[in-house]
Amino acid sequence: MNNPYLPLQARIDKVIMETEDRNIKSFELSFLNKKDEENFQFVPGPFAELSIPGKGEAPFGIASSPTEKGMLKFSINRTGLFTEAIHNLEEGAIIGVRGPLGNHYPVEAFENKNVVIVSGGFAFTTLRSLTKYMIHDDNRSKYKNITVIYGARSPGLLLYKDELREWEKRDDIDLHVTVDAGDDDWKGKVGFVPAITKEVAPSAEDTYVIVCGPPIMIKFTIPVLQELGFPPERIILSLEMRMKCGIGMCGRCNIGSEYVCKDGPVFTLAQLSQMPDEY
Amino acid sequence: MKEMIIKKDALMNLLTGRADDCQVFAPVEVEGSLVIKEIQPGDEITISSMNTKASIKETFFPQRERLFSYDLSKPGEMKEPPFSDRKRIVFGIRPCDAKSLTVFDCVFKGKDYPDPYYIDKRDNTIVIAVGCNEPSTTCFCSDTGAGPFSTDGADLLLVDLDGSYLVRVVTEKGESFVNENTAFTEAGQQQAETRDAIVDKATKAVHAQVNPDKVKKKLDDGFDSNVWDIIHEKCIGCGTCTYLCPTCHCFDIVDETTGTTGERLRIWDSCMYPFFTLHASGGNPRKTGKERMRQRVMHKFKYFVDNNEMVACTGCGRCVKYCPVNLDIREILKQIEVS
Ligand SMILES: Cc1cc2nc3c(=O)[nH]c(=O)nc-3n(C[C@H](O)[C@H](O)[C@H](O)COP(=O)(O)OP(=O)(O)OC[C@H]3O[C@@H](n4cnc5c(N)ncnc54)[C@H](O)[C@@H]3O)c2cc1C
Ligand code: SF4
Ligand code: SF4
Ligand code: FES
Repeated sequence: MNNPYLPLQARIDKVIMETEDRNIKSFELSFLNKKDEENFQFVPGPFAELSIPGKGEAPFGIASSPTEKGMLKFSINRTGLFTEAIHNLEEGAIIGVRGPLGNHYPVEAFENKNVVIVSGGFAFTTLRSLTKYMIHDDNRSKYKNITVIYGARSPGLLLYKDELREWEKRDDIDLHVTVDAGDDDWKGKVGFVPAITKEVAPSAEDTYVIVCGPPIMIKFTIPVLQELGFPPERIILSLEMRMKCGIGMCGRCNIGSEYVCKDGPVFTLAQLSQMPDEY
Repeated sequence: MKEMIIKKDALMNLLTGRADDCQVFAPVEVEGSLVIKEIQPGDEITISSMNTKASIKETFFPQRERLFSYDLSKPGEMKEPPFSDRKRIVFGIRPCDAKSLTVFDCVFKGKDYPDPYYIDKRDNTIVIAVGCNEPSTTCFCSDTGAGPFSTDGADLLLVDLDGSYLVRVVTEKGESFVNENTAFTEAGQQQAETRDAIVDKATKAVHAQVNPDKVKKKLDDGFDSNVWDIIHEKCIGCGTCTYLCPTCHCFDIVDETTGTTGERLRIWDSCMYPFFTLHASGGNPRKTGKERMRQRVMHKFKYFVDNNEMVACTGCGRCVKYCPVNLDIREILKQIEVS
């Protein structure tokens, strides 16, 4: 019997300091055991429990795309005990990975449709995975227009800056990067994500939109999308709750009868409106 | 259902005699309280009309359980606890506690993530429950789909006929246990009649008090009901109800290190505590006692039913009996029913 509590072992191959406040680092991992790598199949959207003996476990969205073979990426904001401990690890360190856990973005439904991604702050992680996946050579032709609206408080707090620059150059992805407040070098958009979404005004026709970010951003973005004509079935969100087991047993992440760790974290707005307002 | 008879002292001898080749768990009086523990030589198994204070939960899902151990000086190495096929016998639990195992089966034997720690214990255990001739005033097992002689979750269900037990053979596991032991003999017509009288009397003694179907209908759109503003008011959030409850299964996962070695542990937790759902960001979806009491009731009588077609309450009455402020779940349910 597979033991769902036993972490797979992985090595930290690369650590990237993402933000100038030095609070977010990306970690690129590879499994020690080739078999684990083969078994770790996923479609963008799930998370994994990262594990350091003595420090415990915590859930993090998978930021790499399944098309990036042999590499698992997590971008981690330093906020407490576990995240502090992982920030202190160096390249070469061994850590545990339990996953992939939870459901995924409905990429099958996105085929032959336009896709809009709206994201703020470090919630961009699994949407980086999704974007990478959709613009991969093997997949790009399956989707129509891809629009990405991504914001951070300041230019220095943007994740994946090199990649954003590359995406900027492509003509098969419509990228809008915005910051709440610019600096002298900033030439991009300035404004909150909801406002920029209104300005970009993606057409709702034949389009799915995925929204991930801090609660306040989500709260103000949803009405904008509804005004643009997006029906709740095509507005997709990824939720964060406090989690421990990640497998629907420990009892803390439920919203009504749904366990965010097992039945989520990805839900449509239509599904969420059927669930109690307790998140 | 096949029925056998065994003399009480023959059964006790059989159980204590088995302690060499298997673990036997049964109620024993310790410092005035009835507890379920592994029987050691000299222990006296006590079957009284009282139920044990703590439930059977500990025997299948310990309050503190090692998931694996690690050594900080050897990164990547983890040692699982030994999964053994050592047989276990659980004797003398009440039908409400046996029933709770069917609730646990839904949680820990799910098809997505079978839990090896639970399954190891569950599959290696024969559950011999004893029906309740004298249910107590806090019992409401008949309302929750069990009842004082329910066979759910048990392999054998015993009916106390004074000097002997009538043995109802519920599962194949129970059947082979009975077949292995010559002390069991076929039950006769007269014993079946005595059994009927006892069952009838006890069943009548458990008065219908709550109707989970009606409660469920109310709860289906009762999330925003104002009953929640009232019913939590007395609760001091101690969590006693959830620790003693045989169906509550919330847990936390923590690491405990001494020197360079340590263990990852699974320990009981409670939805009645504010930290249970506190986010790292500081947000908390269940901020006050109101949301937490709602979660406890909703989980047992709606969410669990939605997911498993069974209420997550066996009507054992422990939460009623031991709540320090006398919050009675039956009263809560009645209030919901008429809300
Ligand atoms: C599905 C999901 C995906 C996530 N993805 C990311 C990500 O990509 N990048 C990122 O930086 N953070 C992410 N988080 C949040 C991250 O899990 C928390 O920031 C982290 O658990 C904090 O742990 P800590 O020990 O440093 O904080 P502490 O405050 O010390 O937390 C103590 C304990 O509380 C638990 N905990 C506290 N808050 C949360 C929370 N919001 N979610 C789950 N457990 C919590 C942790 O298990 C931890 O052991 C995600 C959370 C979820 C549920
Ligand atoms: S909720 Fe109370 S009565 Fe129901 S099973 Fe739990 S402890 Fe027993
Ligand atoms: S035992 Fe009573 S006071 Fe304690 S948490 Fe349960 S309901 Fe509240
Ligand atoms: S994290 Fe344990 S039930 Fe969802």
